[in-house]
Amino acid sequence: MSNRLRALYLGLATATTMITPAFAVDLTVICRCVVGGVNSETATWIKESVIPGFTEKMKAEGKDVTVSLNEFGGKDEQMTQQLALDFSTGAGADVAAFDGFLIPSFVEGGLLKPLDEVAGAAVNDWEGWSHISEGAKSLMSYGGKAYGLALGTDVRAIFVRKELLKSAGLDPDTFQPKSWAELLDAARAIKKANPDSFPLQLNAGVNMGEATTMQGYYMAILGTGESVVDENGKYIVASQGILDTLNLYKTIYVDEQLGDQRAQLLGDGRNRTFTNFRDGKTALLVEGDWFFNSVMAPGAEFGLENRDAEVTWASMPAQEPGKGYRGQDYVTVSGGTGFVLNPATKNPAEAWALLSYMNSQESLTAFQGFREARRIRDDVATPNNVYLQKTQESLLSLTTARPNDPNYNKVSAEIQRMTESVVSGEASPADAMAAYKAAVIAIVGEANTVSKL
Amino acid sequence: MKKNFSLLSHRAGAAFLAPAAALVGVFVLLPFFWVIFVSFTNRTLLGKTALNPDFVGLANYFQLFDPATFFTRGQFGFSLILTTQFVLLSALVGQALLGLLLAWLMQTIPPALKRIVETAVIAAWILPEVVIGFAWFAFLDYDNGTLNMILRGLGLPAGDFLLQQPFWVIVIFNTWRGAAFSMMLFNSAFASIPPSYFQAADVAGASSWQKFRDIGLPLIRGHVVTDLILITMWTFNVFTPFILTNGGPSYRTELLSIYNYRIAFREFDFGKGAAVGVIIMLINLAFALIYLSFGRKKAKAVQE
Repeated sequence: MSNRLRALYLGLATATTMITPAFAVDLTVICRCVVGGVNSETATWIKESVIPGFTEKMKAEGKDVTVSLNEFGGKDEQMTQQLALDFSTGAGADVAAFDGFLIPSFVEGGLLKPLDEVAGAAVNDWEGWSHISEGAKSLMSYGGKAYGLALGTDVRAIFVRKELLKSAGLDPDTFQPKSWAELLDAARAIKKANPDSFPLQLNAGVNMGEATTMQGYYMAILGTGESVVDENGKYIVASQGILDTLNLYKTIYVDEQLGDQRAQLLGDGRNRTFTNFRDGKTALLVEGDWFFNSVMAPGAEFGLENRDAEVTWASMPAQEPGKGYRGQDYVTVSGGTGFVLNPATKNPAEAWALLSYMNSQESLTAFQGFREARRIRDDVATPNNVYLQKTQESLLSLTTARPNDPNYNKVSAEIQRMTESVVSGEASPADAMAAYKAAVIAIVGEANTVSKL
Repeated sequence: MKKNFSLLSHRAGAAFLAPAAALVGVFVLLPFFWVIFVSFTNRTLLGKTALNPDFVGLANYFQLFDPATFFTRGQFGFSLILTTQFVLLSALVGQALLGLLLAWLMQTIPPALKRIVETAVIAAWILPEVVIGFAWFAFLDYDNGTLNMILRGLGLPAGDFLLQQPFWVIVIFNTWRGAAFSMMLFNSAFASIPPSYFQAADVAGASSWQKFRDIGLPLIRGHVVTDLILITMWTFNVFTPFILTNGGPSYRTELLSIYNYRIAFREFDFGKGAAVGVIIMLINLAFALIYLSFGRKKAKAVQE
């Protein structure tokens, strides 16, 4: 090698060391959150509170950490797709937003590792564990091990546009249907008073993904006294409950056009249902806390400036009083989303430091200022938000959860397909159920299914 | 075959070919055999079979061709038949006929007008797929689409094309998209016919249709076959309709390529997805063989 070349190399090497300080660490967070778009408050919280706070804290410990937020603007399903492919190739953000129900299938697929396996003993020493109940921990756990931390948990209910209810001569302050028949009657009355409206929204179809299963199918099937699995954890593939649920969908979308059929079938359908509710075309919409506290928050994309004055809520009734899941009059279901650590992170210690900082009392309390919700830490109070306070009393004791099973998300996709074939008018409830039965048996094997007809 | 001359020794030739051969080997041949191998397993991306896939033999293929579900919407057979219809209507009837018609009409119009038409048609062809897809989506949307705004403005009823007539939407879309290629190919084919043939026909008082049927078409027959095979292959593999319809509603526009994508990368069923991929590969291979054998025949004919 000539001297000149050698000098050049040396120069380059020096320059490179100069621009990268010795202990600089880069971390990336990804979530389905965009400032000014979906989950805007989460994005703002991370950018304005978490990142500056964490960088400062690290600096105090003598570490130079840069955190950047990857704002993912696609659908939930596309986010899952992105994470699955990222994790399988050892790429992707260090800390990733994650829906708890996907944990079993990701873990079995080798795409996620327990927090303490990724980040070591520091995880078990974290002060936060003593403030998180076992139930809240289980939202992001599988096989007794924690894979992530949930931001909070939710319940589902019917959200109500007051003025539409009044237009049909119903009193929003006392509105509480006690059966499916009463719910449908209310929708019929509103439709009669406003022929252009789509009074009732119960999610259906493939395009809404898990939102169909959770906000739509679950809320109906629980009202028949059944669930997706029986008490032994076997998937129910044929039953009167499934037929009744599918017939409810048929009544809403096909027979009486009480709901917006197109919104169930189009790619951007879920946003269309939000638009319908915002624009006063839909009076009754079954959704989770997230809808009230984030989607409809004043200033948000589908926000209502006078949300608290214009919107109220009711519990989802069982098919008949007392006929619901566990003999309940009203039903609801809960899930949890939070953040996980990428098992392939190059800086596991710092990634955990970030995740635990996000879930510190200080940070979650700050989050309440951006979006009010039920947090998982017992030292972060549920804010003085009428909706959260009331549903806490009425619904939290009634709730149930999805099966913590690696096959669940595949079965869930079949549920979405089954509802779509009914609401599009292509299949009768009986035919749709037969197709569902065949598909679920192919996924979990006949021994793990049960037929109740 | 006779050997004419060689520029390089065999060894030097091999040395020059080696880098390209290595690249082709790593990025084409290896994945090719890997896909065939995966199609005999039940490998997935999520769940237990991700880490411990089993060898399942031909089970994936049997599942695809299971007569009980073959014709069901959203299954392999349905997509295969849909794709065949799509190719017949949008490529063979749509693109080739429209291209031929445009090319023929362009022979008679003034050069200035010809250039404008050519530019417009080629613009449809050179724009990126994604841009085109969104442009069409914006054009056809029910609530805010340009087409429906025009219809409403004229006092006509608006149409929910993407939901009501999704198949015809993608057929027309693909015709519009691909007619330029056929037009250019036929255009140059017509240009290669000596003008004296047409002048002689004019003297004899032939109509345009007669000139087309008796002079134009017979002389470009070889180009027509080439064109048909090429556009069949492209249309068979096209994915852009996904941007318009997502393969829906309810799988009504789920072409084989979109079906393959859904199985492999939305449901993460790699084994079954690979099996679909292998079948698509075989079908393409058949097209390619027809194309090559036709080219060989033509080369032979020229030699003779």
